[in-house]
Amino acid sequence: MTREELQTSIAELASGATWDEGGQWPVVNILPEAWPELARTLKSDPLFAFDYLFCVTGVDWKSHLTVVYHLTSLRFRHTLVVKVKLDRAKPQVGTVCDIWRTAELHEREIRELFGVEFLHHPDPRNLILPDVWDGFPLRKDYEDPVNMIKL
Amino acid sequence: MIEELGTTEQGELVINIGPQHPATHGVLHLVVTLNGETIRKVEPHLGYIHRSIEKMCESLSYRQFIYTTSRMDYLSSHINNHACALCVENGIQVEIPERAQVIRVLMDELTRIASHLLWWGAMAMDVGAITPFFYAFREREMINDIMEETCGARLTMNYMVPGGVMMDIHPNFQRRVKELLLQFKHKLPEYHELVTDNVIFQSRTKGVGYLSADDAVSYGTSGPTARGSGVPCDIRKLYPYDVYSKLEFSECLAKEGDTFARYLVRMNELEQSIRIVEQLIDNIPEGDFQAKTKAVLKLPKGEFYQRVETARGEFGVYMISEGAMQPYRIKFRSPGFSNLSALDHMARGAKIGDLVAIMGSLDLVIPDIDR
Amino acid sequence: MWSLSKISGLIDHWLNGKLGSGWASVAEMVIVGLCVIGLFAILGLVLVLMERKVSAWMQIRLGPNRVGPKGLLQSLADTLKLLVKEGLTPDGADKFLFNLAPFVAMIAAMLLMAPIAFAKDFQIWDVNIGVLYITAISSISVIGILMAGWSSNNKYSLLGAMRSGAQIVSYELSAGLSILSIVVLTGSLKVSDIIAAQQNGWWIFKGHVPALIAFVIFIIAATAETNRAPFDLAEAESELTAGFHTEYSGMKFALFFLAEYVNVFIVCAIGATLFLGGWMPFHIGSWEGFNHIMDYIPSSIWFFGKTFFLIFLIMWFRWTFPRLRIDQLLNLEWKYLLPIGMVNIILVTIVAIKGWHF
Repeated sequence: MTREELQTSIAELASGATWDEGGQWPVVNILPEAWPELARTLKSDPLFAFDYLFCVTGVDWKSHLTVVYHLTSLRFRHTLVVKVKLDRAKPQVGTVCDIWRTAELHEREIRELFGVEFLHHPDPRNLILPDVWDGFPLRKDYEDPVNMIKL
Repeated sequence: MIEELGTTEQGELVINIGPQHPATHGVLHLVVTLNGETIRKVEPHLGYIHRSIEKMCESLSYRQFIYTTSRMDYLSSHINNHACALCVENGIQVEIPERAQVIRVLMDELTRIASHLLWWGAMAMDVGAITPFFYAFREREMINDIMEETCGARLTMNYMVPGGVMMDIHPNFQRRVKELLLQFKHKLPEYHELVTDNVIFQSRTKGVGYLSADDAVSYGTSGPTARGSGVPCDIRKLYPYDVYSKLEFSECLAKEGDTFARYLVRMNELEQSIRIVEQLIDNIPEGDFQAKTKAVLKLPKGEFYQRVETARGEFGVYMISEGAMQPYRIKFRSPGFSNLSALDHMARGAKIGDLVAIMGSLDLVIPDIDR
Repeated sequence: MWSLSKISGLIDHWLNGKLGSGWASVAEMVIVGLCVIGLFAILGLVLVLMERKVSAWMQIRLGPNRVGPKGLLQSLADTLKLLVKEGLTPDGADKFLFNLAPFVAMIAAMLLMAPIAFAKDFQIWDVNIGVLYITAISSISVIGILMAGWSSNNKYSLLGAMRSGAQIVSYELSAGLSILSIVVLTGSLKVSDIIAAQQNGWWIFKGHVPALIAFVIFIIAATAETNRAPFDLAEAESELTAGFHTEYSGMKFALFFLAEYVNVFIVCAIGATLFLGGWMPFHIGSWEGFNHIMDYIPSSIWFFGKTFFLIFLIMWFRWTFPRLRIDQLLNLEWKYLLPIGMVNIILVTIVAIKGWHF
């Protein structure tokens, strides 16, 4: 599917989706409420067949957080980037690890490093940090006077 | 914190494999629930060498941050550096001289051979044969010597920089690579004789740790792990970078999806890497080894993503620039992290000995997973 | 000609003359005990060094080459290190069994020295049920391992010990059956009779194919019984760190280590005795001249030569093969070796009854 086709088909599915201009791949911005539903369609609809979630990450924009999903389809070889915009004070988004199982570890990593809560995640424990860790290291305002070296 | 681990309510035994254990090749910590010898569950616990490289990169310039990536997957440091260099080059829109591209690909493939050799020795050691490790190191040592001459380092090369490579190849480079190829082609059948054809090795690996193609995709596995299940995912073929599009090599696939299939894919990749090196070694074009770039790099506002094929699978660099001298955010998509997530699925119902074989076939490098 | 039996005869004569027969036999027992301990220690040193040199040779390395001439004193230095190391006992361990286990393993290995003929007429105890004694005592060594695994209060140890228990008990059967085939051919359980029956040729040559099959099964079972690779599941270092001796350190660990190597020596000595004629020189039927030349080589050299050849074979296995999995290990025994061994013993019996052997 070409970029334009992807844009029109996804616009039908998720109302309120906005598109970023330029870039390597089409980037769609959506709200967290719409994401699990859209994800399920993207995976199961034979039109899209986005079966390969190759990168999940979070970004702290100071005003808000985004969780970025990089999806590709092994059948059609088209790629889509989905950005879910989250409230910084109470970041919550539904999990997609029942759709793409690779998301389980990635979401656990984002949960502890960015403080994003993934609703209905089967195993929401710390993966990397100790259980008693305070704060979310990859947020921009995280300060650790002992371990962090500023250049 | 790891809670006090003993037995579960069902009387199953819980043992810790790692963080210091001969099978985990690093500080990976697996909490394994056992029923007798049979595995019920495998839970990875990470973070023992998490250095938060992604956070570190946010305060480093575009030239500096590349050096941290050598310390992630230290067995394919060239390829990690390559990905970052490509990503920055995308941003600054610079044309890379042909010579630099060829040198980069040569280094990538030599790294892949070295990495697979180490894996081969370690894999054999995991299933109990110690001797292959030394044979693998004999050839790997030659590659390390070649790298040392040209890059000045044997493990964390830091050779690829935005715009090309840091310095020109050593005058001995071509001669020594040819020596290596000559010896290696002669030794590869020996490897197959010693390990691949061994009855015990085959019975230890065939049918063990089955991963179906659908699961391989769902778990986001890549590289030989996914190709062992028949999923074509070689980035060099699908999204070629540098001179890969002009080269002749085939993507190694296997259908079985078991440990032996993953083993064979890697062994075949060794041959393909030799093929690539052979095509390039006599055809290094004359010219500059580095494009002219500004001393201080500034990327335009935007997002850049570069995927490359490391020895373990797809390595991705996701870089967000706000137009400053430093990246706003960098995410490294490491192949090991996703491959590890499939371990629990593959190991359930297998024996302890199988777990070790499966881990060996995934070729986990822990700093790559922890970052 | 110089021989070990003459020396022992002279000592016996001298002691009898000095002390009278009662005290002389007590003194002889003490001497024999000391000799066994000495042999035990020397074997440990020699075999560890041999293993390291053999593995180095196979792995394109040099092996130990710093301590002493050509590294010959390396294992002595290692022993010294182990002697002065602190022997830790974990808090949760069953202290009595934990400390007892290495000695059980060692004593079982020592007891097995008794019926082995090291040279012509040079044997500690030529008991008339020698072969039965060997099979009985070698089963005891598993108790030491189980004891160590259980008392360590460590899950790796326990798993290792359980594996080892299952393994040794199973492979004992095959080893027993292949030993039995030689007993059938000889018609005696006495070690000296078995050796004497090989005067005109070793059993491996005289006994046709069945003896060869028995020999192969014996070597496999012996490797398994001594927990050596490819059957080293009890201490599979990539799976169970060090298996049943994970918690042992210092001299207690060294005793396990020693017992393992002495066990290797003993099973190889038994294999050499039963199949390769023990101290009996290589004789071919009625070639008087050839046989006479062979007789010139001292019998102890024949014995140790054969034994060390078998030890080399077992080391060769270790440095070549990957390790089996526990279920494959038991499959190999119960589904292949045991049925083959049983059929084989029938063949041996037929050969023996019909007198088809040479």
